[in-house]
Amino acid sequence: MKITIIKYNAGNIQSVLYALERIGHSALVTDDASEIKTSDKVIFPGVGEASTAMHYLKERKLDHLIKSLSQPVLGICLGMQLLCSYSEENDTVCLGVFNEKVKIFKAEKSLTKIPQIGWNNIYNLKTFLFENVSENSSCYFVHGYYVSIGDHTIATTDYIQPYSAGLQLNNFYGVQFHPEKSAATGEQILKNFLSI
Amino acid sequence: MLAKRIIPCLDIKNGRTVKGTNFINLRDAGDPVELGAYYAAQGADELVFLDITATIEKRKTITALANAIAHHVNIPFTVGGGIGTVEDVNILLQSGADKISVNSAALKNPILISELAKEFGSQCIVLAIDTKKEEDGKWYVYLDGGRTKTKMQCFDWAKQAVDLGAGEILLTSMNHDGTKNGFAIEITKLLAENLPVPVIASGGAGIMDHFSEVFKKASADAALAAGIFHFKEIAIPDLKKYLFQQNIPVRI
Repeated sequence: MKITIIKYNAGNIQSVLYALERIGHSALVTDDASEIKTSDKVIFPGVGEASTAMHYLKERKLDHLIKSLSQPVLGICLGMQLLCSYSEENDTVCLGVFNEKVKIFKAEKSLTKIPQIGWNNIYNLKTFLFENVSENSSCYFVHGYYVSIGDHTIATTDYIQPYSAGLQLNNFYGVQFHPEKSAATGEQILKNFLSI
Repeated sequence: MLAKRIIPCLDIKNGRTVKGTNFINLRDAGDPVELGAYYAAQGADELVFLDITATIEKRKTITALANAIAHHVNIPFTVGGGIGTVEDVNILLQSGADKISVNSAALKNPILISELAKEFGSQCIVLAIDTKKEEDGKWYVYLDGGRTKTKMQCFDWAKQAVDLGAGEILLTSMNHDGTKNGFAIEITKLLAENLPVPVIASGGAGIMDHFSEVFKKASADAALAAGIFHFKEIAIPDLKKYLFQQNIPVRI
């Protein structure tokens, strides 16, 4: 199985590669269009800022490429947000795979810290991505922006309000948390993605 | 619900853990990678590796270690100790560290924090503060591993650092560290309830109730300890269960 991890100017890309290695897979980290197109599975990871990331993707024409992929694609954290249509983070037009808006968390009381950093539980789990993952399993999140609950929501988490911890449309999947840092639960989710 | 985090801290010198440990089940308790993986399997939520190497080989050994940890540990980890430049941080993050912590260098040159936040994002910049309450009742910031006193007060520095872009505060009370009499409730509460970023309480953990206290009374977001975990005085699964029974949100 050929797995590629899309290389762009975002952090944590190596962590995804190492997590795949821990579950017995190798992957290619690349921004080469033909390598990405000919992969069986594509992972679109990332920690960073939306407008800088979109700028980088457009410069390399990766924006059109990602949208046109027909094999299973998994966006992680910023990767998931970039698959949406728009992000409030620096007023950024994104890829538009999921017709959803990425909004900024607004603290309702002083003890709510933004960004959310740490382990939170995921529930209302849908699709094969969460096969053998128990309701309310904990995953590791680091993010200041979120996607509301909508038609594409396949996992929910509560922080300030319930929001989408996972999205899916056709071959595109996205998770707001970091499966590569979410211990055994994260490893199960990555294994599931590779089995889709 | 966002869980309160339990974080074991490992002191590293020349790529090895320095404080003696009591892990008879491990082949090599001096190996930070093996110990880190053990804690991850036990249910630790994150790990902190504090490098106290003082040789010119420092950068090489800690970078190699960060990379080995990133390969073998499936939870987030922070690397700290002597970090002073954007390049130091770049190498560690490229090697697979999720976050880095800065201490003395940031107080000597606060602009470092904004440079790091701009380059890598606040989410991976942890500001470590060593603080001590003096006879005048005020909490002062200490540098160089607690050896050098400054005139800066703890809250003022934490506030300034957060404004500059620090994404998290790792707060160690020198009055409490090593005492096993509990965390510094007063100063932890002041920071945790008045700053918009998570605060990790450090120093003083002796019994499980100390963790409960720092989460409930001081609103800490995370609690860090070293010796009590290394010497198996408290096992992480037992601690998590205890906190759960106290209605504190934890990852079981």
